[in-house]
Amino acid sequence: MTGADPVGLYRTVRLIRRFEQRAIDLVRAGQIVGGIHPYLGQEGIAAGVCAALRPTDLVTGTHRGHGHVLAKGADPARTMAELCGRETGLNRGRGGSMHAADLSVGVLGANAIVGAAGAILTGAVWAHRRRGDDVVGATFFGDGAVNEGMLLEAFNLAALWRVPVLFVCENNGYATTMPVAGAVAGTITGRAAAFDMPATVVDGQDPEAVHAVAAAAVARIRAGGGPELVEAQTYRFDAHHTFEHVVRLDYRPPEEVAAGRARDPVDIQGDRLAPHRRAQVDAEVEATVDAAVAFALAGPEPDPAGALDHLYASGLTARAGGGQG
Amino acid sequence: MRLSYRRALTRALADELARDESVFLLGEDVRVGASMITSGLCRRFGPERVRDTPLSEQAFTSFATGAALAGMRPVVEFQIPSLLFLVFEQIVNHAHKFPLMTGGQCAVPVTYLVPGSGSRTGWAGQHSDHPYPLFAHVGIVTAVPATPADAYGLLVSAIRHDDPVVVFAPAGALDVREDVERLAPVPFGRGVVRRAGDDVTVVAVGHLVHDALAVADELAGQVSVEVFDPRTVYPFDLDGLLASVTRTGRLVVCDDANRSCGIAAEIITSVVERVRLAVPPRRVTRPDGAVLPFAPGLDRAVQPGREALTAAIHHVAKDPT
Repeated sequence: MTGADPVGLYRTVRLIRRFEQRAIDLVRAGQIVGGIHPYLGQEGIAAGVCAALRPTDLVTGTHRGHGHVLAKGADPARTMAELCGRETGLNRGRGGSMHAADLSVGVLGANAIVGAAGAILTGAVWAHRRRGDDVVGATFFGDGAVNEGMLLEAFNLAALWRVPVLFVCENNGYATTMPVAGAVAGTITGRAAAFDMPATVVDGQDPEAVHAVAAAAVARIRAGGGPELVEAQTYRFDAHHTFEHVVRLDYRPPEEVAAGRARDPVDIQGDRLAPHRRAQVDAEVEATVDAAVAFALAGPEPDPAGALDHLYASGLTARAGGGQG
Repeated sequence: MRLSYRRALTRALADELARDESVFLLGEDVRVGASMITSGLCRRFGPERVRDTPLSEQAFTSFATGAALAGMRPVVEFQIPSLLFLVFEQIVNHAHKFPLMTGGQCAVPVTYLVPGSGSRTGWAGQHSDHPYPLFAHVGIVTAVPATPADAYGLLVSAIRHDDPVVVFAPAGALDVREDVERLAPVPFGRGVVRRAGDDVTVVAVGHLVHDALAVADELAGQVSVEVFDPRTVYPFDLDGLLASVTRTGRLVVCDDANRSCGIAAEIITSVVERVRLAVPPRRVTRPDGAVLPFAPGLDRAVQPGREALTAAIHHVAKDPT
């Protein structure tokens, strides 16, 4: 895809926004246990990058991963059901918010270990290429991940072997509560430079800007130019995790939060649509999210007898943990 | 055919590389074959399928996970057993967990091959661990072949298996040679009685099978020792062991891992949950928390040896009265 589809981008950021808001409601209602890491404020990145990918391309997400999963094309209803731990979820309720995966649309999974997914995606894309599939990959990670050795090792492997991967750093300014200035020596793009990887900084709040940068990078990568890094500068509107709704953590000045929230990707993209068109998309998204919540809550909880289903793909069975001897 | 343990591993890799295009080899110095297992494979199969990696164990271990998710069957070689500590997270938290966490959407068929596990006299503290119980603990298929035929058969089975498998090839077994009539895959979770006996069952893991056989020979005439080789410590052939121990009523487990939470502890517990032994069982292991010291005499002092095994057998062989 080359030119941006303003309506499509808006639909995606709006979908993620409303999905996350409804998920937070479900956390508060006790329907989602364990809480979530809301993607609010960062929607433009997943939307812009995934719009530059093909359905057969691969992505990995993060613990803050619903946006990536939805933007790559997973069914919102089955995604919400997964968050609610239902048998009807993407992962049959075995993964939850931090591990939602849909391999059928190229989502190799949200991965809850910071910096861990880059090498996995690199291996998967390399394997497809070996078979002759015209596949590229995009791996999302936060600013905290740029200090993880295994991600830097993945930069090296991908660059060394010219694996077509787009490394997407969502720099929201904080690794949980640790500001970038307190954690990152040098720069994020400088890490790419060390491996001779081209790096581009983009305004992560502008879905079309993200899309333009990602589409250009993906085109170069697909043509054999080697991996690239995009640093999308963004701001997390809500908590690191919904537990912060209960336990207030004092690490972001209120004026900073207000300034960050003033640049809202949903409005930035929405303002590019005629008001009636925007309202139309909003109504469609609302219906989709309503249906997703209804589907999720109607889904059965998994049968505890199957708690260890899929532990082994080979069919090996594990001994039970009870007192059976 | 006379076959060495090392060449059996090489042969298994070559046969699987030839049989299945999705198999490839990944690791440090595998092209040249610094561990002497992958020698000649690059010449035959090319550097795309016998891939040298930079010294980035975490990345290439996860690279293998990704390739497996995409339908390949990677074999990752680690020259040093302790590198498994470095990549434990990548294996346990990702490769092993993906099938369940995705609700059955994927398989991760990766083989981790560790040639030269355990003590290699003179390699000291950071190169001499034998952490197979850790993988049994987390539920990853863990093979510790003792013989060339099993080295071949278990490695072939590992590569064809749809889940991660760690294959420990103990340094103490690498020089073993035997006449082999037929090479074939060896199923997981099926042990074998290496020597039949009536008085005491000795479970020995990996290279210790050969020590147990030597001790059994020495004791012939005094104590009739049955030597049971589990071949895989996870899954473990408990039924096979119970068949032996219900006859002998006496059990010694010889395990080249640290004592606390070693595989010997698990084997003994699993047996005594099921059957009443004539006398309390014994285990011969490394000490708790062992770090292998450098000097050869010190290194030997903390490894389970024939002397300790002999003493343990004599101890359990005594009449309980």
